[in-house]
Amino acid sequence: MTTVSDTVRAPARRLRVLRRPRATTGFWSWFTTIDHKKIGIMYGTTALTFFVIGGVEALLLRLQLAGPNGTLLTAAQYNELFTMHGTTMIFLMGMPLAVAFGNYLIPLQIGARDVAFPRLNAFGYWGFLMGGLFIYSSFFIGGSAPNGGWFGYTPLTSTPLGRGFLPGHGADFWAVGIVMLGIASTTSAINFIVTVLQLRAPGMTFMRMPVFTWMMLVTAFLTLFAMPIVTAALIMVYFDRNMGTNFFQPAAGADPLLYQNLFWLFGHPEVYILILPGMGIVSEVLPVFSRKPLFGYPVVVFSGIAIGFIGWGVWAHHMFATGLGPVAISAFALSTMIIAVPTGVKIFNWLATVWRGAVRLKTAMLFALGFIAMFTLGGLSGVLHSVVPADTQQTDTYFVVAHFHYVLFGGLVFGLFSGFYYWFPKLYGRFLDERLGKFNFWTMLLGFNLTFFPMHFVGLLGMPRRTYRYDTGLGWDFLNQLETIGAFVIALSVLAFIVNVMVSRRHGQVSGDDPWDARTLEWTTPSPPPMYNFAEIPQVEARDDFWHHKYTEDETGHAVRLPSGAAVAVEERPAGGDGGGEHGGEEHGDGHGIHMPSPSYFPFVVALGLPILGYAAVFQAVWLVPIGALVLLFGMYAWGIEPQTEP
Amino acid sequence: MRRFTSRSKRWVGLAVVLGAGLLLAACSAENNGQNSLKPKGPAAQKIDNLFTPIFFISVAVGVLVLGAVVVFAVRFRYRAGKNENPKQIHGSTPLEIGWTIVPALILAVIAVPTIITIFDLHKEPTGDVLNVTVVGKQWWWEFKYPKEKVVTADELVIPAGRTVRVNLQACDESLPNKCNVIHSFWVPELNGKTDVVPGRNNFTTIEADKPGTYLGQCAEYCGLSHANMRFRVIAKEPSEFDRWVGEQQQGPAVPLQVGTGADTKPAGPAQDLISTKFQCTNCHSLSDSKVSSYGPNLTHLASRTTFASGYYELTRDKLVEWVHNAPGLIPMQSKACREAGEPAAGKCVGMPSFSRDTPAGQPTMTEQEAGQIADYLLQLK
Repeated sequence: MTTVSDTVRAPARRLRVLRRPRATTGFWSWFTTIDHKKIGIMYGTTALTFFVIGGVEALLLRLQLAGPNGTLLTAAQYNELFTMHGTTMIFLMGMPLAVAFGNYLIPLQIGARDVAFPRLNAFGYWGFLMGGLFIYSSFFIGGSAPNGGWFGYTPLTSTPLGRGFLPGHGADFWAVGIVMLGIASTTSAINFIVTVLQLRAPGMTFMRMPVFTWMMLVTAFLTLFAMPIVTAALIMVYFDRNMGTNFFQPAAGADPLLYQNLFWLFGHPEVYILILPGMGIVSEVLPVFSRKPLFGYPVVVFSGIAIGFIGWGVWAHHMFATGLGPVAISAFALSTMIIAVPTGVKIFNWLATVWRGAVRLKTAMLFALGFIAMFTLGGLSGVLHSVVPADTQQTDTYFVVAHFHYVLFGGLVFGLFSGFYYWFPKLYGRFLDERLGKFNFWTMLLGFNLTFFPMHFVGLLGMPRRTYRYDTGLGWDFLNQLETIGAFVIALSVLAFIVNVMVSRRHGQVSGDDPWDARTLEWTTPSPPPMYNFAEIPQVEARDDFWHHKYTEDETGHAVRLPSGAAVAVEERPAGGDGGGEHGGEEHGDGHGIHMPSPSYFPFVVALGLPILGYAAVFQAVWLVPIGALVLLFGMYAWGIEPQTEP
Repeated sequence: MRRFTSRSKRWVGLAVVLGAGLLLAACSAENNGQNSLKPKGPAAQKIDNLFTPIFFISVAVGVLVLGAVVVFAVRFRYRAGKNENPKQIHGSTPLEIGWTIVPALILAVIAVPTIITIFDLHKEPTGDVLNVTVVGKQWWWEFKYPKEKVVTADELVIPAGRTVRVNLQACDESLPNKCNVIHSFWVPELNGKTDVVPGRNNFTTIEADKPGTYLGQCAEYCGLSHANMRFRVIAKEPSEFDRWVGEQQQGPAVPLQVGTGADTKPAGPAQDLISTKFQCTNCHSLSDSKVSSYGPNLTHLASRTTFASGYYELTRDKLVEWVHNAPGLIPMQSKACREAGEPAAGKCVGMPSFSRDTPAGQPTMTEQEAGQIADYLLQLK
């Protein structure tokens, strides 16, 4: 008797604050959860909110430019808005949305029950949220939102406040905020890398891994190595602004191009950090909706890896007009052309996947096909930029704006939307509505092209980017008007998507566990998956393992459905059946006996310390430092010593 | 499915109409003076010669891929009972090697003329070259002719048919912090961009085949009024150019001051407003066309067609408005500019308003005074 009550009471003696929360539902559970699926949904919801905010900023920019000499916004407001539009869409929408997909799907695709570091995962999310709120708070305090462009070239940004180049604390908020977001994304990158390297189910060799997981792995490595570079550059900017250093001050003999080299050494891999997850998503969607395996899986994977490597050698193509000299410029022109080769290979492999397939034009597939088409156009204008003399006409004009929106909107965003429609049934057990979905796709395709296609022309006609107004008589009026109309068509499309999510989440058609007749492990789980994902860790025997449990090939290579009894038998075989573990039976059933780590308060607490230290840095408020440090250190130590699970 | 295909045809039709409309719109604007597709000088011509064929190769590849997407999606659409279990093709090594090598070859073909042109455009110009130094300032361009000893702004006057070597500077003694931010010098019809990077000695060459006006604009984000940082290149017949240089080398048409040494005093009431009451001379040189000043050199302002960063035509009305309240026309960070010690301390950028935000102890300008000043400036041919 005494023994039992001792064990029960023992945890209660621990300091109250150090007890782990146990609730997995309810409002507060969202603050303490370390379930990768919940965190994935939080990443997704937050990033989509920032997507809407960044989109509203874009609409304001487009309204200002709808006609010559627009007066809706002042120059200062316009500069803040285009800076924040870029910063938002890259750091607060693109990267975290890819992380949202990665969070939800990587463990499910590799047959794991969670990520390797669940609490670090939660910290990554909270750090991202805090960083985003921190940067956006600059609209209300500090005199100005960031206004030096998302690239923040020195010496414009690095000259101390009060010397006139940029008014307000905007550049400080921007530099400190991105360092904060960098901490968050680095932790999530480490987490993904370890998860993929360590937690794959037995038999899930690298060459059996789903392409989405592969691309997220490459992305995570790029993030891990790229973020420290920009962090270093931004800390130097911060020091120049606030501590009197001269890292980038030309009057003191420094070369401001050092900053551009550092920024783009981060910035170009960053482009691939944004696009590779989109490539991963369509590499999943195209085979499923063509009912064919991905054409040339090894080539697609190795092309992705090749892009990851070559992506480090092309940064100076952002600097072709800076006067690097003909030798350096030629070298980077060549490397830029070279990176087009693996990119082209991927496009051809995707096309070959669709070729002679049985193409079901569901919304997910339409977005994936849209991705191929739009991304190709972006890639081709990218090749034009590698032709340096032509690039000197196009860089910093609307031609470049068109180019990278074809890559990042036509590519990344179309890919993400494809992913939404594809995986939504897994998240909620219900389909997104197909009629609204089709409307979503066609209006987006139309609005997107209406907005960005004319930008090619307007750029070639000489319109520079980042300009809050243009004069009459330059022949840019009509094209700009079209672009503004297009932007509102996109807004309508996004609105349809939001309505679709809101309605379908509760009232959508029930989908079942494997609605698309899919190929990868996440579709073997219930929809939505239980907290522990897999009642038994699956034993993987092939690439597209799930498909091979449903289909075999006849002598002509056509797919033949296995007798359903056989398929079910294979699906439901106990984990020990192939792998030989004796305890398979113990974990069978509804997940009793599976120990998942308990929720925790402390990732949130640690992340809470970051903006406090951020404000201390921006306003040089020394009194805030101990408060922030205290919150941060308390969170870290409590995190360190809290028990693994609450019994 | 049938419904979809007929609908997709309508979309294709709409896209064709839109595309044609765009091309028309683009062509109607072709003579806007700032069109990179209408080269008017040898450098821009070389770029265009390179760009055009590669552009059409890209269009061809784009049409092929887009066509494949549409055709595959329609041709191989799911038909129950017919193709629902297609042949499981896992890949094809010869095909994949093929579409690795073919694009690589196309790119190799593109690379050769690209690199030849890069080196060609970077060559130091030789022969009868006119040297000009361009200084990028927030938010206007200063043009210096070192040999001719002429300093001007907003309009770069060059002789047609002669190579101009443009030395690009963002550091200058006339700047309060010695160096400015990065700008980019761009006259699309004459050459591509070259950045004006503080601490570097970048240069570009421009040459206009014929006399004419070619529009230019700063192409690197340089702060608040980046959008307004325009300029124009005016190419004149060589003899006209020589006459222009001769005129620019003169002193002001109407003197700013009379007397010498201690007896120096403003030559008239307008000159008194300029040099004494509103101290325009703190920032502008009005009597010596050889020197750089913080603001544009105004000694021959009236010989120009535009002013205010090249954004506005030089008319009396606009000039009065400008003198009275410049930040109302071009946004500036100039609230502190009229405080003591400015702009040397560098807390302000641009031209202050003389009618708003007047600091204590400084006079506020009336509209009539602005008119007097403008009338004087308009005599400075």
